[in-house]
Amino acid sequence: MAESSSKGRLSGMIAGTIDRRTTLKLMGGVAAGAAASMFPAPFVRASKPIKIGYVSPATGPLAVFGEPDPFTIEQLNKFLSGGLKIGDASYPVEIVYKDSQSNSNRAAEVANELILNDEVDIVIAGSTPATTNPVADQCELNGMPCITNDTPWQPHFFGRGGKPDQGFEWTYHFFWGLEDIIGSYTNLWKSIATNKVLGALWPNDSDGNAWGDGKIGFPPVLEKEGFKLVDLGRYQTPSDDFSSYISEFKKEGVEIVTGVVPPPDFANFWSQAGQQGLKPKIVTVAKASEFPAAIEAFGERGEGLTVEVWWSPNHPFASGLTGQSSAELAKAYTAATGRPWTMPVGFKHSLFEVAIDALKRAGGPGNPEAIRDAIRDTDYASIVGPINFRKGPVPNIAKTPLVSGQWQRGSNGLDLVIVENSQAPMVPVGGELKPLA
Amino acid sequence: MIGWIDTIIQGLLLGGLYALFAAGLSLTFGIMRLINIGHGDLIVLAGYLGIVATDALGLNPFWSLVFVVPAMAVLGYGLQRVVLNRTLGTDILPPLLVTFGLSIILQNLLMQLFSADSRGLNAGPFETASIALPGGLAVGVFPVLIFVTAIAVIGGLQLVFSRTSLGRAFRAASDDRVTAELMGIDNRHIYGLAMAIALAIVGIAGVYLAIRTSIDPTVGPSRLLYAFEAVIIGGLGSLWGTLAGGMILGLAQSIGFRLDPGWGILTGHMAFLAVLVFRPNGLFPKTRDR
Repeated sequence: MAESSSKGRLSGMIAGTIDRRTTLKLMGGVAAGAAASMFPAPFVRASKPIKIGYVSPATGPLAVFGEPDPFTIEQLNKFLSGGLKIGDASYPVEIVYKDSQSNSNRAAEVANELILNDEVDIVIAGSTPATTNPVADQCELNGMPCITNDTPWQPHFFGRGGKPDQGFEWTYHFFWGLEDIIGSYTNLWKSIATNKVLGALWPNDSDGNAWGDGKIGFPPVLEKEGFKLVDLGRYQTPSDDFSSYISEFKKEGVEIVTGVVPPPDFANFWSQAGQQGLKPKIVTVAKASEFPAAIEAFGERGEGLTVEVWWSPNHPFASGLTGQSSAELAKAYTAATGRPWTMPVGFKHSLFEVAIDALKRAGGPGNPEAIRDAIRDTDYASIVGPINFRKGPVPNIAKTPLVSGQWQRGSNGLDLVIVENSQAPMVPVGGELKPLA
Repeated sequence: MIGWIDTIIQGLLLGGLYALFAAGLSLTFGIMRLINIGHGDLIVLAGYLGIVATDALGLNPFWSLVFVVPAMAVLGYGLQRVVLNRTLGTDILPPLLVTFGLSIILQNLLMQLFSADSRGLNAGPFETASIALPGGLAVGVFPVLIFVTAIAVIGGLQLVFSRTSLGRAFRAASDDRVTAELMGIDNRHIYGLAMAIALAIVGIAGVYLAIRTSIDPTVGPSRLLYAFEAVIIGGLGSLWGTLAGGMILGLAQSIGFRLDPGWGILTGHMAFLAVLVFRPNGLFPKTRDR
């Protein structure tokens, strides 16, 4: 009996407190509202920040693509420390950075957090379908303007169930496509004399299956161009032993090796090839030879490897935001981090450039429809090339230039020299393809 | 025919690598029933230590073993005394959970320290040197070195086990820890030494791995899997069994790979499964659980 009465008193007290607090809060709110309305409008608008939500794989197996994020964000924060001027107003810019943990479910989850909790004005994301597809899907569902890059456009557009006659409403993407890499590679392989026998290392993953696909991949184009393809099938990655590939390649007299191979697999393949006497003239593998640190690990045997190049310090483009040229951005990255440039450095920067350009043309934050329309009308010169979502192969997609390069011995170590530009003649060639010794 | 001989030779050499990965795990598993989920990540840690030492010294990467092996041994003793000994008991779950946590901590620590870049050690022309065999076959010098190291490590461990008082203490602690303590053996110290030896071997495996291929902070768990399979195939507590387990795994993968590149990893797992079905205690079990 006593217990229940004390409980009753307690709950009464709590209720009382809440009532008083709520009342105070309400009164405060009214007072603040009254105060705000007394100030001139521009001051209030200036205090509302632009929020850019950014999803990227900072940890996990894809983290190598997210490496430039801290540098990119710090550089932008410094550049925008005085606020972003749009019209007469100046907006502070806040970048909300979320780690996808290299996991597509997590990417969707943090995209939702950005939209619903952080209430950002625009979402940007990059690096492989595991990041761009779930983030774009969430944005499309929630009516949030979204810009993504660094996934070949077919896996992004068709991977999300895109229909070429409809497209998407809220989500836009820029990168190259399979047709570019097939075109660039085959042209590269034709540029020196070989027996045109080509061995393929395609793993059983989304990239390997797309590249080796009998309809949209390399095989039909290679056949048309007169190459003989030695394809043993899709292997399971990671793999420690490639001797069956090597003995087959030797038997067929393979002079060109290609594939889309994770770095540890390629390191295994390449040293076993050396041990077992497979000596191709050209080795063009994506993924494994895209990053300078991975190439360094090969020592002498990294020299002469070829790979597709989506951005380099030699690309003749400059940032429309900071005015830095490609070479200057790469230099700033090396100065800030002590590490060599990588291709994602340019693409990370370009995401922010394109987003800020759209925000400017939309007249600032607050109106998602205006931002969406501004993105759709983008016609912008970015550090990775011109971006125009109306001129793409399908709606919502803009294509960026793709060329091929070779790791050649320069004055200070190995440099990625551009040796093939049939798909993007605006990027100058820096040298000729040299056959592997 | 010559192709099959090549496949078998390469498979056995690959088995040497797996046996080297598995030796440390076999030791800790055999002596203290400790399944170290962080084993693969410790191999990667050793690889990075090798890279740091090689960068600092500017010598051939094999010299880094002089620093990495003792450093890993000290780490192993400390880890066992400070952390893992507290988790040992009748319940098998606490060490599993703690080493699982260790695995995650190591991955993120390596990511912070060394970034996500793929790194490797470069041993120069040695990496691609090979010995010509009759019939146009060639085997790499480095894979042969890995194979020989694996046999030497396991042979050495076997000697320690059967000929020394430390080995007797190991066996005693493994067979019956309570009675061993009654006989004046300090189990905590013995377990610390066992982990020190295990991680010294992990030191060798890590440096070899960084020379053989490239590593990044996330590749550890896949190393753990093969090591674990080699231990189970070989049988609990048997060091030669672990070597045999590594060979069987390497051969199975190599043969599967030759039949179809998509089958390589699968046939390795199938061999493991077959052993589990027909010989649940492994091929050459030495210890039995009471």
